[in-house]
Amino acid sequence: MKTILKGFAALGLGMALVTGALGAEEGGHSAAEPTHFPIKKPAYQEWSFAGPFGHYDKAQLQRGLKIYKEVCSACHSMKRVAFRDLEELGYSEDQVKAFAAEYEVEDGPNGDGEMFTRAAKPSDYFPSPFPNVEAAAAANNGAAPPDFSLLAKARAVERGFPNFIFDVFTMYQEQGPDYIHALLTGYNEQPPEGMEIPEGTHYNPYFIAGKSLAMAQPIDDGVVSFDDGSPETLEQYSHDVAAFMMWAAEPKLEDRKKTGFRVMMFMLVFAGLLYLTKRKVWSNVDH
Amino acid sequence: MSGHSSYTPKTGIEKWIDARMPLPRLAYDSFVAFPVPRNLNYAYTFGGILAIMLVIQILTGVVLAMHYAANTGLAFESVEKIMRDVNSGWLLRYMHANGASFFFVAVYIHIYRGLYYGSYKAPRELLWILGVLIFFLMMATAFMGYVLPWGQMSFWGATVITGFFTAFPVIGESIQQFLLGGFAVDNPTLNRFFSLHYLLPFMLVGVVILHVWALHVTGQTNPTGIEVKHKTDTVAFTPYATIKDAFAMVVFLAVFAYFVFYMPNFLGHPDNYIVADPLKTPAHIVPEWYFLPFYAILRGITFNIGPIDSKLGGVIAMFGSIAVLFVLPWLDTSKVRSAAYRPWYKLFFWLFVIDTIFLGWLGSRPAEGTYVTMAQIATLYYFCFFLIIMPVLGLIETPKRLPNSITEAVLEKNKGGAHAQPAGAAAAPETKG
Repeated sequence: MKTILKGFAALGLGMALVTGALGAEEGGHSAAEPTHFPIKKPAYQEWSFAGPFGHYDKAQLQRGLKIYKEVCSACHSMKRVAFRDLEELGYSEDQVKAFAAEYEVEDGPNGDGEMFTRAAKPSDYFPSPFPNVEAAAAANNGAAPPDFSLLAKARAVERGFPNFIFDVFTMYQEQGPDYIHALLTGYNEQPPEGMEIPEGTHYNPYFIAGKSLAMAQPIDDGVVSFDDGSPETLEQYSHDVAAFMMWAAEPKLEDRKKTGFRVMMFMLVFAGLLYLTKRKVWSNVDH
Repeated sequence: MSGHSSYTPKTGIEKWIDARMPLPRLAYDSFVAFPVPRNLNYAYTFGGILAIMLVIQILTGVVLAMHYAANTGLAFESVEKIMRDVNSGWLLRYMHANGASFFFVAVYIHIYRGLYYGSYKAPRELLWILGVLIFFLMMATAFMGYVLPWGQMSFWGATVITGFFTAFPVIGESIQQFLLGGFAVDNPTLNRFFSLHYLLPFMLVGVVILHVWALHVTGQTNPTGIEVKHKTDTVAFTPYATIKDAFAMVVFLAVFAYFVFYMPNFLGHPDNYIVADPLKTPAHIVPEWYFLPFYAILRGITFNIGPIDSKLGGVIAMFGSIAVLFVLPWLDTSKVRSAAYRPWYKLFFWLFVIDTIFLGWLGSRPAEGTYVTMAQIATLYYFCFFLIIMPVLGLIETPKRLPNSITEAVLEKNKGGAHAQPAGAAAAPETKG
């Protein structure tokens, strides 16, 4: 008991120090020239792939692909995703072939030593809009648009104490899509008075690395049409493209969670049996 | 190994082998008949857990190496190939990456256990020192392993950590260049880190064998800290320790599996999903969580001490925080091993645990403002614990009354309990049930 009390006392001391630290962090903030980014934390969104039984919503991924193809792919590459991967979105082999054939890729050299272009095959990867990073930067005001294949895992707003402890129990792993959704829907806000926005950049309080970013608002209501009756709104687009990007970054997520459930069940049953065996073995020994 | 062997080969082939190379005898004496104190609690199961984690790391690592390309132009893409196209590659990689973290979770609990129960005291000084050596090798291995995916944190972490060596006067820069194979982290660095990352775990195995050997010479300590005096103080390793270790192992692996399957990126850094770019420094360079306490100590030294500038001071403090562990057996002056009988030491021990966790959290914060002050206070306590509290407390503290033997302690604890015949039971445990 005494130990426990002492433990609590020490914990209290630790907490006091942490609280002091949190206070310290808040200190340097001013509304006009903030020093910590993002200015606003992304809001939690509902995702079909969250939680222990999470799975991708294929219709949503297909809509996300359409948005990527019609809007994002003008600037953003997705070079680690192959056309063959699109079968995971619920398309048939023939549909994937037809989809790939709409793209041109460079191949070669042929027998004469010449490079040539041909229609893409399912085994090809999504071609990039720019030949290299330098070209991408040059065409986009000096800031090369990041590749989409891992972006949903490469962006996460820091959770901080104590959220990162709660996350272990709530299994919160959707920082990436939450951030993407927040960024895409965050352009309509006005910068606070007195804030200087550098020329050629756009204010977005959800941007992770500053008060404004080079990308202008990329999409708005009604830009992409859906044939499954889903609302053609910015809100819907942001969800769909974020889910699609999560799939692009973590295509094996469903497989992982399914296997995980079996493994966890096995481990729990096995642990239970071992515990009973252990009790039996030790039942005749004081310890 | 304490006492003579009780192994009796039964079949002809066993006799034949035993006369030529008594490996079965060694295994029998070490893992079946080996006597362990009967009062070991679950804190003592982490040695076995660490062994299984090392095996998991080596097995997954060897397969990952079959698909990995140690070249700055290919490394990141080859890891992504593993994640997307290699059969169960995602599982192997997530197991390996999270396995490193859980290896450290287990080793930290194992070390705390040793500190709490005074496991480092005579005659187990060498056992402890070998353990610290394992910890040091683990850190080196983990650091180099983190560089291999060639993400942003890989690159910048390597840049920062190898940069420590430049703090040493005169020879510092030469050491850094020798480690990097050039003037900056680049392809030669990646290549040698891969080579060493493959080599060090096998050196680890070697030191682990020595660690276990030393353990089997002195025998295990136990929560009372009293040496085994009589046969009734112990039970046979198999089945008693085997089944208890197995249960603890599966529970630990269940937690590990929870992370691998449900939150595989929780312990990683998102920036490591961005390919290394020597021209773009991340906003905050943070090492993996298990290095954070040491990182906080490093950055806590912001002042010059005489001729030692703050940078070198930080590096010395950081290495010193591990080096102090090597001499720990001679810093503790107490005649009593276990914190169970040392009320004051117990208090300071738990403060030390909180202090190290707090240092870990500070390591993840930017080194500015009050964080620095707090890191300095926490660092001060870290060193005071070893250099002042340990030697002084042992001399002035009045320990509680110690039981005469492990058996007596167990009986005292279970007074009025259901089991009346412990002595007979331990001598012939197989007769009951």
